[in-house]
Amino acid sequence: MQIVIASGKGGTGKTTVATSLASIAAEQDTVRFLDCDVEAPNAGLFLNPRLDTHKEVGVLIPQIDNEACTYCGKCAEVCQFHAIAVVGKKTLVFPELCHGCGSCTLVCPENAISEHLNVMGILEGGSTPEQIDFAQGVMNVGEPMAVPIIRELKKRGSTSSPEIEIWDAPPGASCPVVETIRGADFALLVTEPTPFGLHDLKQVAEIVNELGIPAGVVINRDGIGNNAVGAYCEESGLPILMRIPMERRIAEAIASGKLLLDAAPEYRPSFETMLKTIVAEVNA
Amino acid sequence: MRQLVVLSGKGGTGKTCVTAAFAHLASKGEYADKFIVADADVDAANLGLVLQPQLLEEQEFKGGQVAVIDQDTCAFCGECQDVCRFDAIDYTDGLYVVDPIACDGCAACVYQCSTESIAMHEQVVGKFYLSQGRYSPLYHANLYPGQDNSGKLVTLVKQRARLQALDENRKLVIVDGPPGIGCPVISATSGADLVLIVAEPTVSGVHDMHRVLQTVQHFGVRAMVCINKADVYPTGADEIESFCRDNGIQTVGRIPFDLTVASAMVEGEPVTAFQPDAPASVAISLVWERVLESLLKEKA
Amino acid sequence: MKLAISISGKKLSSPFDARFGRAAAFCIVDTETGEWEVFENPALSASGGAGVQASQFVVEHGAEAVASGAFGPNAFDTLDAANVEMYLAPGNKAHTAAEVLEMVKAGRLPKAEAATHKGHHGGSH
Repeated sequence: MQIVIASGKGGTGKTTVATSLASIAAEQDTVRFLDCDVEAPNAGLFLNPRLDTHKEVGVLIPQIDNEACTYCGKCAEVCQFHAIAVVGKKTLVFPELCHGCGSCTLVCPENAISEHLNVMGILEGGSTPEQIDFAQGVMNVGEPMAVPIIRELKKRGSTSSPEIEIWDAPPGASCPVVETIRGADFALLVTEPTPFGLHDLKQVAEIVNELGIPAGVVINRDGIGNNAVGAYCEESGLPILMRIPMERRIAEAIASGKLLLDAAPEYRPSFETMLKTIVAEVNA
Repeated sequence: MRQLVVLSGKGGTGKTCVTAAFAHLASKGEYADKFIVADADVDAANLGLVLQPQLLEEQEFKGGQVAVIDQDTCAFCGECQDVCRFDAIDYTDGLYVVDPIACDGCAACVYQCSTESIAMHEQVVGKFYLSQGRYSPLYHANLYPGQDNSGKLVTLVKQRARLQALDENRKLVIVDGPPGIGCPVISATSGADLVLIVAEPTVSGVHDMHRVLQTVQHFGVRAMVCINKADVYPTGADEIESFCRDNGIQTVGRIPFDLTVASAMVEGEPVTAFQPDAPASVAISLVWERVLESLLKEKA
Repeated sequence: MKLAISISGKKLSSPFDARFGRAAAFCIVDTETGEWEVFENPALSASGGAGVQASQFVVEHGAEAVASGAFGPNAFDTLDAANVEMYLAPGNKAHTAAEVLEMVKAGRLPKAEAATHKGHHGGSH
């Protein structure tokens, strides 16, 4: 079962909820955790995995064999992203524009193009003290695209097939978020009861809807702001699976890297119930 | 004319609230009619929620393209599915169909299709707006959910803000940036005279601050740091300040955790307008003074 | 020689556009005969790779030199590979393309030896 934790707005508590959910689940089931926020991955700070596998990832970009190239320009013609230019007697490749689609390689009439990996980031994995199979993607600073790294991270299998998989999504509602959410059995949307939280929740709810994935909401920092988020959830049939009230001591604990469950063990039953509800919803 | 871009790395550190406050504060000082605000977080554009914008201009924004298969001429060879590296072509109910959400727009299938049955269709992926905000003109945009946040819409928002500022001889463009460190952030950083990083002192916040700082420096832009919600984890705040000191980066203030910010947000106002004597408001005002001074003394 | 000047308009007398990759149009003028033609820039609305596309476009139209306000790294590499001279004209003064042409002919414009700025990374995912 694959549960994705998303939000729309940044900083609502996705990683906070995801890591505690994983921790609770790990008490009974085998759990895999994928930190898909490859631009700014934080879950490892809370789950403390021993990262012992590393793999460079990126996209396959074209390499031109200058001996075979006849400068016909077909590659430049088909490239939708202007990542190849043929000028005079030179064929230039612009790696940061390349999507790794392979189109140029296919159309070259001289078979003058081969592909090699343009490293954009790294996948790291290992076990946590609670035996969670943890993996994260870390995009290299200066790289523009997160999606290829997320794609590779999600493909990453292992010898075991876990009972529960948790995917921690990045903020926002654009491509990297869609890439993370795709294929999930359930989307847990973490929001805050403020106008910003509501505005961005609606964006990601739309994605989840379009992808046909059942969803539920966690309202974090409940008590600040107003209840517009609650009202929206009710109108749209989004079940509110948990409310975590605003508590300074929780904020302080998380600030120092503690799991929510460790800082506030009184939430254990709520997490257990939420997990059961999600499992029941998916299996229904 | 100077451009300030507000970034964070981690989401939710308070960029938008701080930017909105800056807009309010700028409107009270000597730059009252001399600035423009832009919301470059086109993916989750929240700045307008606290600047009470009156819409002046709205424009559809065309982004990438998606492949569409003509079922009448399709020969069902499946070549398109074989070449697609984005798992965007499904075979369901006896038909090959492109999933527009997964489609990357690379057109590899178009060129490999043996019957030329695939065409690329341009897509409207969002909307671009010019509004009259409460304190200044506001350029903003809304990327439709699930779309490619390539930086092109971010660039458009900033360019238009910049052009109007130049045309009208305004002195400042204040830009609310997106979270993360990828393309949208890179586009937002491009052309900035100064980046203010709103950091939060939590372990996540510090970690991500480092990454965005590296990104900004990678692109050769000067950065300063302020610490929001600073009293939630003073150890983290100290860590940030000492790191900045050791690396020649100016820190421009600590803002305390203050729920007045949320209340102001509910009222649709920047916190400095909502309650000028709130602890966060007082702190942000100081940050603004220091940022403004630094922004203006930088040689063009 | 054939010189491409980035412009915002449709004529040689139109204002000079300091942007290269996203210039509104290019005026391609023969510096000896004075004949000119204006082409809309196809890269104007490209989501990424505008510098590359604009460079290829002017090369395809026979330009041996380009005058613009700035050249990003991809535009620079592409034009350099095609042995196209890159002249830098100041964008902050309101020149027309015709004035820029005179400046090139009088040898008053510096050449770009490297990209004038870092990329804009408008590339899509």
